[in-house]
Amino acid sequence: MDQDMNKPAAQRPARQPGGVQALLSSEIGQLSALALVIFVVMAALDPSRFLTTGNFSSMAFQFPEFAILSLAMMLSMMTGGIDLSVVGVSNLAAVVAALILSALAGPQALGLAAGATIALAIAAALLVGALCGLLNGVIIGVFGLPPILATLGSGLIFTGLAVAITGGSAVLGFPPAFAFLGNGAVFGVPMPLIVFVVIAAVVWLVLERTALGLRIQMLGTNQLAARFAGIDDLAVTVRTYLLSGIFSAAAGLVIMSRANSAKADYGSSYLLLSILICVLGGINPYGGFGRVAGLVLAVLSLQFLSSGLNMLQVSNFAKELIWGGLLLAVMVANGIQFSRKRR
Amino acid sequence: MKIDWTRNETLVFLVIVAFCLVATAVDPAFLSLPTLFDLLRNSIVTGIFAIGVLLVLISGGIDVSFTAIAAFSMYTTTLGLINPVFVAGFRLPPLIVTLGTLSAFRGFLLTFVGSQLISNVPAGMRDFSRLTMLRGTTGEGYFYSLPWAFLALVLVVIGTWFLLNRTLLGRKIFAIGGSSESAHRIGIGVRGVQVFVYAYVGALSGLAGIIRASLARVANPFDLVGLELSVIAAVVLGGARLTGGYGTITGTLLGVALIVLVSNSLILLGIPSTWQSVVFGTLILLGTGLPAYQAKRAALRAG
Repeated sequence: MDQDMNKPAAQRPARQPGGVQALLSSEIGQLSALALVIFVVMAALDPSRFLTTGNFSSMAFQFPEFAILSLAMMLSMMTGGIDLSVVGVSNLAAVVAALILSALAGPQALGLAAGATIALAIAAALLVGALCGLLNGVIIGVFGLPPILATLGSGLIFTGLAVAITGGSAVLGFPPAFAFLGNGAVFGVPMPLIVFVVIAAVVWLVLERTALGLRIQMLGTNQLAARFAGIDDLAVTVRTYLLSGIFSAAAGLVIMSRANSAKADYGSSYLLLSILICVLGGINPYGGFGRVAGLVLAVLSLQFLSSGLNMLQVSNFAKELIWGGLLLAVMVANGIQFSRKRR
Repeated sequence: MKIDWTRNETLVFLVIVAFCLVATAVDPAFLSLPTLFDLLRNSIVTGIFAIGVLLVLISGGIDVSFTAIAAFSMYTTTLGLINPVFVAGFRLPPLIVTLGTLSAFRGFLLTFVGSQLISNVPAGMRDFSRLTMLRGTTGEGYFYSLPWAFLALVLVVIGTWFLLNRTLLGRKIFAIGGSSESAHRIGIGVRGVQVFVYAYVGALSGLAGIIRASLARVANPFDLVGLELSVIAAVVLGGARLTGGYGTITGTLLGVALIVLVSNSLILLGIPSTWQSVVFGTLILLGTGLPAYQAKRAALRAG
């Protein structure tokens, strides 16, 4: 195979007219412009509160949890599927980790014992995430269920298991050291942000630099063609949802550390939000196209908007209305763009 | 008549029978008129929703915004018209559109109507809910009744059956679900039919919302939220395919019966209510997994 063909389509050198206009006509350019416009508007509305280090640092602590869920969602969307179970997986993983922490260590634990228990809890949560993702991949790939139904059903099961284990109440009482994952900072950089950057880098590497990434994109573009091209679609599907499950579990750990508790119904609004972010970030819901950079810009735009709305004291319900409206508006805008490209 | 074991209807019916047998074995009081009427009364709202969702699924779409629409009630056919604008007009994926409208409607409702309960439902609606078709007491003195609202479900079922099986519009809905490209090629106005389908769901959701409010005698905007999953589960269990073009009213009603039965009687079997969503999720996966697996194997054998 030709060396150039090994690269995903997005990377092959395209015609590159220079200047601002070229930047604005590219998807990444448009998204950057959108993020910038929202940032400037929010800053202009209330500069004394928006343009403060306190606000920036609180934003950096807030967005990683749903940004990680969006990365998990993105992987499944790239194959033309969807993962409606991401929030269920993250809560189930968090509940398992929380039970291990509170049973084996408790709030008084310090030093080596606490460290070992935290390592065990994190490993257990990621394992739970991997198992959930594996289950999704198998029911979609082996049994041929449509991803919507499969993850709808499995999401119900995961949430239900978390409810059943905890009896519906929150699990509390972790060693103080665990709070570092969600609230600590290394050289002033918030830990959740570091976790997000690492996972985003992994997703970027997988999608743009590995054979699996290329196969995911081919499977999402045309499943039948991919199969005739000799791609093992079962293996690709299982690995995609496996990764999605592990990332969801990581998001669950961050949420749990920030809330200092785990509960079966945390983050229930994140499902819609993560779909919104993917669609806004230019990930095609029919599969095949999407870039990590677009997703990151979409996350930043939404976080600027969300912080700004919070400062203006807009209620959570009104925010839900705005998210829904924005999702529809973005899809319409993208749809018009797609049809223009086709002409 | 030969029994077709691969049909979802047969499977669901057998599960219902098995469930009833086990429930009766655990608690003999299960097999009584009050239980039956409880089930019938509880299936009114779910049933009407399910019929609407069946239509959308047959046309190859999906709608998760209907519970928010029902909470809005009165204004609803208009709201139902918003979905097809996006789905048919802009050709966007229906799942994501209706997720968006679900969130937008609910957000709008809670922002501008507020989150308090409206308990002074109009007197006409209260009286309507008190009117009963049948009432009586069993030998042991248990009271049972069936509200007239049940008739609404019966009418919706008959009307939709007629629409699907005896009118050209019904055949067009099946055709679009089977292959919207082929339907377009043979001269069916795909967009028009899609608009009709989503408007029909909107109207049915409105009806269900009003009935729900009159039965509960209170209008609660938080009500019904979360019901969308069990309704979709009911329809899918009844054999309707997410890919479109296939689904029956009988199957849908059996699916509704199973879901209502499970959510009402799980405790009777000694399963705590915290496990309810695990049971639902398992039912969805098994109920849709078996036919999907069979279809996949059939496709492999054929090609």
